[in-house]
Amino acid sequence: MTILTDTPRPTSTLPPRARHKRVWDKRLYWVATHAAGLALGVIFVLPLVFVFLTAVMKSDQAMSSSLWPTEWHFENFVNVFKQAPLLEYFTNSIIYSTLATAGALLSAIPAAYALSKIRWRGQTLFFMLTVAAMMLPPQVTIVPLYDLWVRLGLTGTMAPLIIPYFFFDAFSVFLLRQFFLTIPKDYIEAAKIDGCTEFQAMTRVMIPMAKPGIAATAMFCFLFTWNDYFGPLLYTGENQDSWPLSLAIASFRGMHHVEWNLTMAATALIMAPVIVLFVFAQKSFVKGITFTGVKG
Amino acid sequence: MTTTLDTKAASPSSVPKRARTRAQARTRRNVLLFMAPAFLGFLIFFGYPLIATVYYSFTRYDLINPPQWIGFDNYVRMFSTEPLVGTAAYNTLWLVIVLTVCRVAFALGVASVISRLKSGVGLVRTLCYLPALAPPAAATLAFVFLFNPEFGPVNRFLDLVGIDGGLWFNDPGMSKPALTLLVMWGSGELMIIILAALLDVPPELHEAASLDGAGPVRRFWHITLPSISPVLLFGIVNSIIFALQFFTQAVVAGSAAAGSADVAGNTKYIGAPQNSTLTYPVWLYVQGFRYFNMGYAAAMAVLLFIVSFGFTAILVRQMRRGAHQEEGA
Repeated sequence: MTILTDTPRPTSTLPPRARHKRVWDKRLYWVATHAAGLALGVIFVLPLVFVFLTAVMKSDQAMSSSLWPTEWHFENFVNVFKQAPLLEYFTNSIIYSTLATAGALLSAIPAAYALSKIRWRGQTLFFMLTVAAMMLPPQVTIVPLYDLWVRLGLTGTMAPLIIPYFFFDAFSVFLLRQFFLTIPKDYIEAAKIDGCTEFQAMTRVMIPMAKPGIAATAMFCFLFTWNDYFGPLLYTGENQDSWPLSLAIASFRGMHHVEWNLTMAATALIMAPVIVLFVFAQKSFVKGITFTGVKG
Repeated sequence: MTTTLDTKAASPSSVPKRARTRAQARTRRNVLLFMAPAFLGFLIFFGYPLIATVYYSFTRYDLINPPQWIGFDNYVRMFSTEPLVGTAAYNTLWLVIVLTVCRVAFALGVASVISRLKSGVGLVRTLCYLPALAPPAAATLAFVFLFNPEFGPVNRFLDLVGIDGGLWFNDPGMSKPALTLLVMWGSGELMIIILAALLDVPPELHEAASLDGAGPVRRFWHITLPSISPVLLFGIVNSIIFALQFFTQAVVAGSAAAGSADVAGNTKYIGAPQNSTLTYPVWLYVQGFRYFNMGYAAAMAVLLFIVSFGFTAILVRQMRRGAHQEEGA
């Protein structure tokens, strides 16, 4: 509608029919792009919807080709917990993700600060090594690392998964450095002139100013560890007591035969926390993702 | 303001020499303090294992008996006698090519649709990104269910439009395409990165080009594509590295479709159906941690390192250029 009234001046010199056509073209374009956008949104969400719908079906209906539940069995979400020690797995996941995230922030914030706000020789080199470490397939280093953890007697526990984060997490260092670079050095200099040490400049100036970046880094770290499958399989595979959800879910179907409704209920339950996290922190997520793509 | 009080190492030589060296020493101490965990962590978790992997690759090692030097035997075995490593390498190469092309093209397509929306950008972006958050193991299970040949919704929809849906994860010829669809569904991160780049393209360029009579295809080819090429390069390298380490989805899909998902122990279902989902990292894992051929797994790891490092170098070079620009600015 607004398009009609706001038609730019120059077009009014065109013959009325051509003007009409142009307006219609614009409208058609609007409708076409929005239809495509809507269709895409639906396609992306549809699988999640089916997971949920199947999760609340009766088990024999989940084995049929019907798509809509005839009866809604929300108690499936509760029954899942009786089928497998999900609560234990959930606790393990929380421990792994929380400790790893805390460790990553503790070690990565000072490193990112030194990489972005202090000048030293080898700085660029170490940053490049960080990028390379970030891109390295984890399978490349597992033989000696597994050997190391076996010698320390820590395989079968979550320690091999968590401890490295307290030293060096390449992705967190990388992302935080990118964020810190956007904060002008003047603030740090000013704080130092006022008598702050480098450490105080970091804790009192940088950290408060970079809160959104730190939050985004924390969320990515949490998400990565929550979703991690390879690490837990490697180090805790033998000991079911240390399994996180991601590992347990994969064997759920095997353990409880083809009860698709319960399998989908468990699938929905493990997806839920990250989706909730995203809904609450969408902005930081999007900002963080955009940052990973920025060169430099 | 800063220049008058600056005592940094890089500052002009008007500052007395002793003060300068003292400042330098302080900086060095600070850097060491701030970087200590990172330096240590890098050495222990990247430096040492990279070198040790090369050593182990020349040995026979089962984790219990001490490693025994056997020269190039593992490499000889890898390139000649061991049959499944070729299958695994083929599967991974297939993924590197098809998955990379599909993932980048799809993400670019979706991002360019979203970038054209006048309203509802936030909503559509959220919906498209949501699947990227799902834990890969869970998402794979969901896809095995959705694509199951007996009563899966996907084949039902295909039936409605008159297409005979296949066996998907149960058909060796279709399991990798099905995995590719799964990855495309979860490519939201790349989409957002590309979308941000698309929205950064100055609209004046498009206007100028269309005044010169360039159609949408030529505008895309000559304006959009060159402007977002660094981000596309990032996406391509990122996808290749992703494909090279493709593990979780392959293992879960293989075993879940085979009916039993005994992930932690049984190797019977790994690679099912008919080794079509046996990727290189999966085979490395099985060799090293199920058969305890650690030396052989190390040799496989060395090859994986060489290949992935080649691609990483491309990206590192680009980042370095970016880093230099920052320093200059």
